[in-house]
Amino acid sequence: MSDAIRRMKDLPSTHLLGTGTPMCAGCGGLEALHQIYDVLGTNTVFVNAAGCMTLLSVYPFTPFRGSWLYTAMACAPAGAQGVRDALDILLTSKRLPPEDDLQTIVLTGDGAAYGMGLSSTSAAIDRNLDFLYICYDNEGYGNTGQQSSPATPHAAQTATNTGSRGFPGYKKDLFGIWAAHRPAYVATVIGAEPLDLAKKIEKAKSLRGPRLILALAPCPTGWDFDPAESVEIGRLAVRSGVWPLKEYIDGKVIHNHVPHPRAPVEEYLKTQGRFAHLFSPERNDALLGEIQAHIDAYWAAVNK
Amino acid sequence: MNRQLLTGNAAAAWGARLAQVDYVPAFPITPQTEIIETLARWFERGEMTGRLTMLESEHSMVTAAAAAAATGVRVFTATSSQGLLYAMEMVFTVPGWRAPFVLVNVSRGLASPITLESDHNDVLATRDSGFLQVHCATCQEVLDHVLLAYRIAEDSRVRLPVIVNLDGFTLSFTREPVDLPAAEAVQQFLPPFDPQNVRFRASKPVSQAVAVLAGSPYSYFRYETHLAAQQALSVLDEIAEQFFQAFGRRTGPLATYRSEDADMVFVMIGAGATKACEAADRLREAGVAAGVVRPRWLRPYPAAALRAALAGKKAVAVIDQDLSMGQGGVLHAELAAALYGMPNAPMLASIIGGLGGRNIPPEEFYEIAKRMLGFAARGETPPPQLLFTERELRQVRKLQAIAVVERKELGEKP
Repeated sequence: MSDAIRRMKDLPSTHLLGTGTPMCAGCGGLEALHQIYDVLGTNTVFVNAAGCMTLLSVYPFTPFRGSWLYTAMACAPAGAQGVRDALDILLTSKRLPPEDDLQTIVLTGDGAAYGMGLSSTSAAIDRNLDFLYICYDNEGYGNTGQQSSPATPHAAQTATNTGSRGFPGYKKDLFGIWAAHRPAYVATVIGAEPLDLAKKIEKAKSLRGPRLILALAPCPTGWDFDPAESVEIGRLAVRSGVWPLKEYIDGKVIHNHVPHPRAPVEEYLKTQGRFAHLFSPERNDALLGEIQAHIDAYWAAVNK
Repeated sequence: MNRQLLTGNAAAAWGARLAQVDYVPAFPITPQTEIIETLARWFERGEMTGRLTMLESEHSMVTAAAAAAATGVRVFTATSSQGLLYAMEMVFTVPGWRAPFVLVNVSRGLASPITLESDHNDVLATRDSGFLQVHCATCQEVLDHVLLAYRIAEDSRVRLPVIVNLDGFTLSFTREPVDLPAAEAVQQFLPPFDPQNVRFRASKPVSQAVAVLAGSPYSYFRYETHLAAQQALSVLDEIAEQFFQAFGRRTGPLATYRSEDADMVFVMIGAGATKACEAADRLREAGVAAGVVRPRWLRPYPAAALRAALAGKKAVAVIDQDLSMGQGGVLHAELAAALYGMPNAPMLASIIGGLGGRNIPPEEFYEIAKRMLGFAARGETPPPQLLFTERELRQVRKLQAIAVVERKELGEKP
């Protein structure tokens, strides 16, 4: 591609997503969506599942210059299937000129992507549906007040895990679940790393078939931090190795950035109220050690 | 005209084929599966153009159906029973999209206990969803009403999805002679789908199915859907007349059989009503002026037509093949609401029968007619009746006895 994105100055300078949405100040999901939309463009139909971003389009307003369809929590990929199949039928029968075709995009939070919508997602990948799935992962049911979801990290406090050990489970490996289906493309991104994000969206846009963009979405209200810290927390998620930036393509997983030296996970955890119980009233060395050991083990396997 | 022996399922598939549907999202379930297998074969052989996509659940199937309709193609889908209930969130969601399509439901009793044969609790659970619904009694009616359903669903005064219902087993697997209309005649009656302003294309972006945040806009859009459903009654009259002109068969919100001069009327929906017609003939031979009123359309509800058909009757027995636990028959309650306060209203009785495919033999119709006329003559209304015979009870007791013996055999203490 001649206009390929290589440097920060190659990033789109026109911004397509409208302002004034009801998302919270400092929303890491909206930060990522702004950047994604600039690269994808407006020839898109966003098929949405119940979550924070359902509130982007409240009658009669929308920040999207392209199209939108809200479905329900479990079935946005099935909605995308119906839209894509119908567009294909209209194109084949010449009832839709090729220039009127649309990219079919699914937009959901982690509650739908990791949990309720996983069956319809898996089936859409099985059918080799030509769609791009964007998940803004704020690691909990954010829209209802941050109850634990299958994306919640170990030990984080949530509205349903208020005790001193936080969430007892472990964050589900959605990247791995997708990759096991052998789709066209899977990538993790974060709004705080715009160049990496834009390159991946550009690559995803050039491919056909099932594609996932999994965006970690720092969430000031759910994770309990000042909205001004959103970008810095995103960068720390990458520097500490909590959020590996990686891609799956052609059957291989590639890590785009191996943090070296890796910042101690504590630096990341300390920025967020959801982990404050690990530091006060007294330090929980055992739990902090366990979290660090998990991250070390991940990167040891990557570097092997 | 081409006359063939077709099952109810095959008639439904032929309806979709003649309607030249573009898209069939599908998922198998007994007793509906023959419909999607038939359509899949036709798509594979190139006898139908477009696409059949197997979904992984009915919830996804109904989502894909409505999403495709909202993109601007003609959509057909089918399910039964548990499948319809699995899809129920979307069954209630998609009518508000105002993207018309047709769903054939092949009625089957609901769990628990899990079973395969017909009753109407599945389709009646969709009663308040915004889907229109029409109930068929013959294989011919199935084919005819798939075609009619598209005309009504796609009419700019309606724009709502329609459920065409047929009874599992009694109709789905029964072969009857069916007139297959010529493709050209169907194309004249049913022109290609015009998606109007509900469609997706790059040059004209739209947001569909968006949220509202207050009761007022919510009420506005809900009222609009309700008024469109009510409006479908007059649209139906118009289109039924066009259907008659095109194919020579009469249809309408009600089917009546020997009811005009009847003293006693059975009210039933679906294929079960054909048994009531047979019983009415026998009753007439025995000197009882019996008749049958069969609502085809339940949504929109043809209240005025029912009042007109039942005014002045001595006794009306609604035989519900459904059961609202703790209340009784769904159709009975609806008819009572329609007849309430009407001068010369008939005595209205509630009978529950035919659950899970339980047969209603002629003798039970005769007995119902005799008893209901007796109550009416005394100016009384009987309590709701649950049809069940001593012989059936004896059979259930035998099953229970086997279960007890087998438990003992396994050494379980009673």
